[in-house]
Amino acid sequence: MHTIATHTRNYINAEYGVMSWLLTRDHKRIALLYLGSVTTFFALGGLFAVAIRLELLTPAGDLVQSETYNKLFTMHGVIMVFFFLIPAIPAVLGNFLVPIMIGAKDLAFPKLNLLSWYIFMIGASFALWAVVNGGVDTGWTFYTPYSSVVSNTQVIAAAVGIFITGFSSILTGLNFIVTIHRMRAPGMTWFRMPLFIWSHYATSLIMVLGTPVIAITVLLVFAERALKLCIFDASCGGDPVLFQHLFWFYSHPAVYIMILPAMGVISELVAAGARKNVFGYSFVAFASLAIAVLGFLVWGHHMFVSSQSVYAGMIFSILSFLVAIPSAVKVFNWTATLYKGSVSWQTPMLYAYGFIGLFAIGGLTGLFLATLGLDVHVHDTYFIVAHFHYVMVGGTIMAYLGGLHYWWPKISGRLYPEGWAKFGALIVFVGFNLTFFPQFIVGYLGMPRRYHAYPEEFQVLNVMSSAGASILGVGYLIPFVYFIWSMRYGPKAGPNPWGAKGLEWTIDSPPITENFVDTPVVTEGAYAYTHERMDVV
Amino acid sequence: MSDAQFVPSPATHAHHPAQAHHFDSLEQQQEASTLGMWVFLVNEIMFFGGLFMAYLVYRTWYPDAFAAGSSHLNIPLGATNTAVLIISSLTMALAVHAAQTSWRRGQIVFIILTIALGTTFLVIKAFEYADKFTHHLVPGPHFQWPDEKLRAPVEIFYSLYFALTGLHALHMVIGIGIMLWLLWMAWRGRFDAEYYSPVEVSGLYWHFVDIVWIFLFPLLYLIGAHVRHV
Repeated sequence: MHTIATHTRNYINAEYGVMSWLLTRDHKRIALLYLGSVTTFFALGGLFAVAIRLELLTPAGDLVQSETYNKLFTMHGVIMVFFFLIPAIPAVLGNFLVPIMIGAKDLAFPKLNLLSWYIFMIGASFALWAVVNGGVDTGWTFYTPYSSVVSNTQVIAAAVGIFITGFSSILTGLNFIVTIHRMRAPGMTWFRMPLFIWSHYATSLIMVLGTPVIAITVLLVFAERALKLCIFDASCGGDPVLFQHLFWFYSHPAVYIMILPAMGVISELVAAGARKNVFGYSFVAFASLAIAVLGFLVWGHHMFVSSQSVYAGMIFSILSFLVAIPSAVKVFNWTATLYKGSVSWQTPMLYAYGFIGLFAIGGLTGLFLATLGLDVHVHDTYFIVAHFHYVMVGGTIMAYLGGLHYWWPKISGRLYPEGWAKFGALIVFVGFNLTFFPQFIVGYLGMPRRYHAYPEEFQVLNVMSSAGASILGVGYLIPFVYFIWSMRYGPKAGPNPWGAKGLEWTIDSPPITENFVDTPVVTEGAYAYTHERMDVV
Repeated sequence: MSDAQFVPSPATHAHHPAQAHHFDSLEQQQEASTLGMWVFLVNEIMFFGGLFMAYLVYRTWYPDAFAAGSSHLNIPLGATNTAVLIISSLTMALAVHAAQTSWRRGQIVFIILTIALGTTFLVIKAFEYADKFTHHLVPGPHFQWPDEKLRAPVEIFYSLYFALTGLHALHMVIGIGIMLWLLWMAWRGRFDAEYYSPVEVSGLYWHFVDIVWIFLFPLLYLIGAHVRHV
């Protein structure tokens, strides 16, 4: 280790052996540990989705029984939400990039960062144990009293798993907040920070302020089930709706834990792809914070039909509309950034364009749902299923894939095959829309969610959806295969294959363990692009 | 720049042994750990906040049952525990002061005193819990309450009592664990005027757990006092 390191040493070949990974404190290696974990959970959650779409091919409930179907959509939701969407961008891309983008050698608390991953894996083990030992059938929302006194499935193990995993999220958020406050390189002022950092800062605030509330809530469900405490049980005067309040106080902001980092990725991609400073940089930065703050004030829009007072409903409806403002600021500013930009059609940008369009649809249909009268008609139908899949799959996963492509040369030091990648992005886009757009229609026509059988008139739209899901599955497999292929066979990337700005592109690919040979001194804003497109791959 | 060979900068030589490699200075490291603890405590406020929210809702719904349930809690023991915790916060603050003034003996004495007081709190709490078991005030199938009308909401009160004080006690146990680690470090003379942030941030945690109890004592023990006197 005391030999003079040259640029051929990097974080991947700095040490060898399994233990060098399992005991690493390097944020980049921990990011790769998370990458492996969340990819596995994505595949598992995807398998449940396959089973759901197969069942819904035909109107009759002929593939699985309704009890099994309840477990399928519950485990699809639990795994995708808590073990993929929430950690995906912050714990993988955020872990890798937050220190590098602000010119730091590591996160503020490297051991805590490794501990976060272990906590995540322990929580995930409980959830997996629940899956293997009969599953859970409460829906990912764990509504009481069904979850606390009625259901006879593995609620306790799943609740404990979610409780534990929450602390991984809290510690990651804590680490990001302290790192962004205290570890910035000289000259890296708040308004020179990349928007990726702003959005991760806002996300971290939600993780620290929201996650403890879901932790105590599932802990109380656990206590009610296992220790026979009486908290939400109406038979001893408890209030099941209090559970919904506490649950959505976290779980609505959790939606922004999923989408804000995605917005940060898109800001980076759009700036690099258009070779322009992000239009209205400070508005986009503050929009992230505004979404984080407003996100805590809208939970009641999940409870319009849960005995909530009509006045509370009206206030929550108005507050929910307000979220559209910062969201629209972002979408318009990305579009304005592209305007007269030197626009790229490489794979990361294809995902970014996909994101902007799909997020706009997902966001606007959110306004439908925030409208009290309309929500009474479409709540608990496939309309809402389509809405949140447009935001989470069309938004978060598109951005996650776009970000993975954009930073893959930095992470792995290799280029992925551009032709295959463009093809994959196209397949994902087509498959996604074919899967979820028909669900808007079938939901508006009245098909309720969470049933394994449905009237025959809905079959055409459901067959389209299932066909789209199979195309989408292929679309996800393609990047999986060529990313692995490129680790060995991809051409070397060099430090800056995109000709992009940002500290991460000033260092080697892959970076050395300490990221920077010398602490960088920042003298310009995050997106100081000149208007010419360099000769890029 | 990326091809440059690694040359250690002169600043890397004069490090304090406790400074981690990724910080530029010990001062930056101490600021980071202090901020980290404050952020963690904000998270803790939200964690207890969910339970306080449940308390607020049910006490508004069932004020009589909460007062009646509260009147069966032992105020002298609760008050003693309040005093014990406040004194432990004093000894904790003195331990931080001893660290800042490089007074090793003082660190050891005050940390031991803090551990002793924390343990005293837990022992008294254990006696109170045992009393609740013998009087069938633990929620569940064996819960008993003479007034059938109030039985269900009083059970909610005791559910919240055990959830709140149980979580608080768990935080005390973790705090004592941290104190034992601090004691070991202080014993080995690791803390001095230059490096004392572990004592300081652990102190923040200890005071926080103390403050939670300052809220729990009146909310759980004292709201029934007027019922006792009529």
